[in-house]
Amino acid sequence: MSEQQVQEAAFSPAEAQDQPLLSVRHLKIWYELKRFGFLHAGYVKAVDDVTFDLPRGEAIAVVGESGCGKSSLMKAILGLVHPHDGQILFEGKDIWEGGNAAMREYRMKVGYVQQDPYGALPPFMTIRRILEEPLILAGIKDKEERMERVIRSLEEVKVTPPSDFLNKYPHMLSGGQQQRVVIARALIRNPKMLIADEPVSMLDASVRVEILKLLDEVQQERHLSVIYITHDLSTVRYFSKRIFVMYAGKLIEKASTYEILHNPKHPYSWALLNAISDPLAENATKLRDIPPGEPPSLITPPPGCRFHPRCQKAIQGLCEVEVPPHFSVAPNHDVACWLYREEAEA
Amino acid sequence: MGFLKSFFRELRYYPSAIVGTLIILALLSLAVYAVVAIPYHRAVFLWRGTSDVWYRNPKMVPPEWVNYFRSKKLPTTVDLDSRQQGLVQRNEKKLGKGKQIDLTYTFNYTADEFPPEVVLYFYPTYASKQPFVSGEWLTPDGRKIRLGNFSVTSGYSFHVGQDKDIARRLRRMLGVDIPPGLGLFVDPASLPKDTSQPVDQKALRPLKGRYTVHISAITFGPQDDIQAELLVYGGVHGIAGTDHLRRDLTVGLLWGAPVAMAFGLISALVIGLATMIIAAVGVWYGGVVDDLIQRITEINMVLPFLPILIMVGIFVSRSLWMIMLVTIALSIFGAGIKSYRAMFLQLRESPYIEAAQAYGAGDGRIIFLYLIPRILPMLIPGFISAIPSFVFLEASLAVLGIGDPVLPTWGKIIQDAQANAALYKGLYYWILEPSVLLMVTGLGFALLGFALDRIFNPRLRQE
Amino acid sequence: MVPSDDPRDKALVVEDLVLYFQLTHGIVQAVDHVSFSLDKNRAVVVIGESGCGKTSMGKALTRLLPRNVNRYTGKVFIDGVETMGMDDETYREQVRWVKISQVPQAAMNALNPVLKLKDQVLEPLLLHEKGISMEDAMERVHAVFDFVGVPDGFIERYPFELSGGMRQRVVIAMALITNPAVIVLDEPTSALDVLTQANIYNVLKRIKWEKGTSFVLITHDVATSSELADDVLVMYAGHMMEHSAAEEFFAGPLHPYAKMLMAAVPKLYGEDELQFIPGKPPSLLNPPTGCRFADRCPLAFEKCKLEPPTYRLGNRLVKCWLYEKEADEIVSSPEALAGVSA
Repeated sequence: MSEQQVQEAAFSPAEAQDQPLLSVRHLKIWYELKRFGFLHAGYVKAVDDVTFDLPRGEAIAVVGESGCGKSSLMKAILGLVHPHDGQILFEGKDIWEGGNAAMREYRMKVGYVQQDPYGALPPFMTIRRILEEPLILAGIKDKEERMERVIRSLEEVKVTPPSDFLNKYPHMLSGGQQQRVVIARALIRNPKMLIADEPVSMLDASVRVEILKLLDEVQQERHLSVIYITHDLSTVRYFSKRIFVMYAGKLIEKASTYEILHNPKHPYSWALLNAISDPLAENATKLRDIPPGEPPSLITPPPGCRFHPRCQKAIQGLCEVEVPPHFSVAPNHDVACWLYREEAEA
Repeated sequence: MGFLKSFFRELRYYPSAIVGTLIILALLSLAVYAVVAIPYHRAVFLWRGTSDVWYRNPKMVPPEWVNYFRSKKLPTTVDLDSRQQGLVQRNEKKLGKGKQIDLTYTFNYTADEFPPEVVLYFYPTYASKQPFVSGEWLTPDGRKIRLGNFSVTSGYSFHVGQDKDIARRLRRMLGVDIPPGLGLFVDPASLPKDTSQPVDQKALRPLKGRYTVHISAITFGPQDDIQAELLVYGGVHGIAGTDHLRRDLTVGLLWGAPVAMAFGLISALVIGLATMIIAAVGVWYGGVVDDLIQRITEINMVLPFLPILIMVGIFVSRSLWMIMLVTIALSIFGAGIKSYRAMFLQLRESPYIEAAQAYGAGDGRIIFLYLIPRILPMLIPGFISAIPSFVFLEASLAVLGIGDPVLPTWGKIIQDAQANAALYKGLYYWILEPSVLLMVTGLGFALLGFALDRIFNPRLRQE
Repeated sequence: MVPSDDPRDKALVVEDLVLYFQLTHGIVQAVDHVSFSLDKNRAVVVIGESGCGKTSMGKALTRLLPRNVNRYTGKVFIDGVETMGMDDETYREQVRWVKISQVPQAAMNALNPVLKLKDQVLEPLLLHEKGISMEDAMERVHAVFDFVGVPDGFIERYPFELSGGMRQRVVIAMALITNPAVIVLDEPTSALDVLTQANIYNVLKRIKWEKGTSFVLITHDVATSSELADDVLVMYAGHMMEHSAAEEFFAGPLHPYAKMLMAAVPKLYGEDELQFIPGKPPSLLNPPTGCRFADRCPLAFEKCKLEPPTYRLGNRLVKCWLYEKEADEIVSSPEALAGVSA
């Protein structure tokens, strides 16, 4: 089977009918701006009406440039920031209902891998202690049991032999090893979902591959749902089955990885793909075709489609007036772009 | 903790730190020794200095080692007590119902200066009639001077050096008018030939050699007895000298160490920790809590520190603990809060804090296990460097007269010295000794503190 | 390509460059006997992992050195002029920003926050072209801003008012305004987004084509480096492992390390598996003897215990024993170097 068919088969209708693990509905994360400390001066609309589903066991990537709102989206899913509007449903339940107890339960089921491996580890704690913390918070009082789990988690991320590393401090490890520990910490409570925010962008080129492979293995073995947030499209192929492209607080295209890479529909997706280089000498002989301008301010975003000021294909009188809904251009391929207004709405 | 050990190992590379540490260790051992050798109650008792505690010491004399630097040596105290074995020769004869007791005191005088005082203390025990005593003084060149006849009551002290009758006898013998304290010791060869002029006491020299004092006492009851102590006071005493109450300054200097250390360490530690924790709590919770803490701090920083301490000292209590309590209370909400707040504000954004929130760590846990340990290394050099300022505070308060009234402290010694015009009288040791100790304390902690600062604060390192 | 050619025809010729730093606990051998040359109007990209010494080499070329330098020797010909023999004052007046300028790492943060952009871009011009009139200088500022794509109105703004991409363009303008022969860029786009990155590389390409400037581009990002590369120089643990023209390099690198680096680059299209390089680079404090890549190299053999010489194959240079037989000649060998430094 071709890669496309393999990917399409990965989420067969049977699986899609299962209740998704995570369901985000019309999520709005707006940060209030205050003047003089108390006067209302507008909102930074970091995430503006985002809707998507994450099925069990599936790895999706959220791709976008800095300032597109993907970090805020991630923080919202982790429960670190309160939504202005909209819902985040995990296993059918809103994570913000049920008070502290429910939130704590939710946190036990989600793992978080951050961008900066050194910053993500408390520098004054040993590796053993760092990995024990989530277990202590989960109420596991038996020291031996904790130790066993710590050792097993280190083995899972291939930081071996574990006994060598237990008493070391983060600064004694290489960047790759640090990130493995961060991954181990995220997995140690056997979560159902993993959020990875640019997990390899601060690592050296040769180490990135190791970590991406590790994440892939871990995801497959544990049947984890993963949200992989990045701005580097070239790494997405090795890891995720579906890609969501985000721009200025909105999801503008949702499709399988194969589709995005080979049949991108949204002009911004084209621009992104166009801007990425594979290492070929011919790159130096020509200029790249890039949309002019920069991502818009999230406080006063442009009316209508947010990409229209930079879009070569903007339709006069439509794109700058109305926000496009999602159109279904193919099964499991949605685009929020007026160019596809002939298609059915998703 | 192991995290901190690696820092401390770096200290080896800094000679100033090694010197500072040695000084501090010396001070700490001194403090421990002081508390062990002279327990608290004994120290207070000694320092109160009632008459029978220190009477054997000369008044306001420098330490013995000044003699190394003098060509004209000062005498050390000669203390011959008949109550002690072997010092005084004693003969007894039955006489009627009582006894005749002969006591012979001999000593060798080798100093180049005269003793400040000569006193005989008598310890009679009698049923009804007081014993009768007569004494005689023999100089090395064979002259005899009668000391007098008198009855002795309990606790009778005979100030030989000031007795007018002895002065009269000496005038007849020597031909000049000088106090008996000098006259009993003077070398006749150093006396001026021209007796019409007033005597220049500085030109006189004592006669060196063997002196003998005979005391003959008659008791009247069968159980009656008498003991006597001859004290030829020295011009120097001990390691540290004495003060106006004849107290050996070593007690005060020794005990000043634990007081200074305790005050400095406890104040610095409590204030450092409290400031850090309060700043962390304020930063973490933000909003109203943070604002409240900042306002309290700002108001507190405006309040005048020393006048308040003085008022508390006068109106409430001067005890060391009260002073320490007020100091701590007024210092916690100080500039430290502001600088820690700046550091914590930065730390709060660290990725690992966010990660901790994501895996469910609560507020308290984050403050104490994630935020504070990060700042703790910076607390340490600040803490060490702050100790001397509290030590000096305690000393300053004592000099101002607000110090603890019962404890011997370095500041108290300085205050006594000032009150007794030590500098005017040339008693430099009295002021210098506590001052030097204070300076050394400051130096030790400052050296160590600066070195620690360079280690714990990577930006200051010389790479 | 070979250092024995006449230096005056080339933008940059580096012969046996050495830069060691003194730390309290030892010597860091950051740049260890590197030799290469760069023709006019070409760009060489220096690629390698972090800690391989490439940033130090950038500093060595522009003589922007810290105070704890232990050894700084070799010959550097910039636009035909040998500069290592100059004293610091002469270098500052005649070479820095006249013949060679630099865009340092995290350049966006290198802008003075309290000065307007206009003043910051003017400064190198006024310093090095004394006697230029203010009008001419402002014209040049407008021209260079236009060239890098910063709108005119931004001249009067402060750095904090600009996005990261804009600030990077301003810093490039600062390096360009005196029209040097060579510009050294250290990780110019590492903190920037994909689209902004591509834009910056477009600017660099235009500078190369229209102004004739030569570039030394230092980066760990192998994929984007291909946007500008005419030549590729691979550094590892202070040594230059390979130096080839871009077409030859990207089609097939010679050195095992370079091969593994290329295999580790994620590619958008293509079906191959990613390879990674196990282990980590050696510390420059006490580098191992022999070939410094030997302990991670799958093709290592007995001879690799000795440091290999640099061989020339056609127009390519490679420092690896595997090419001993096919090489056309030995360009530099460690024994000879050891004789010189002893």
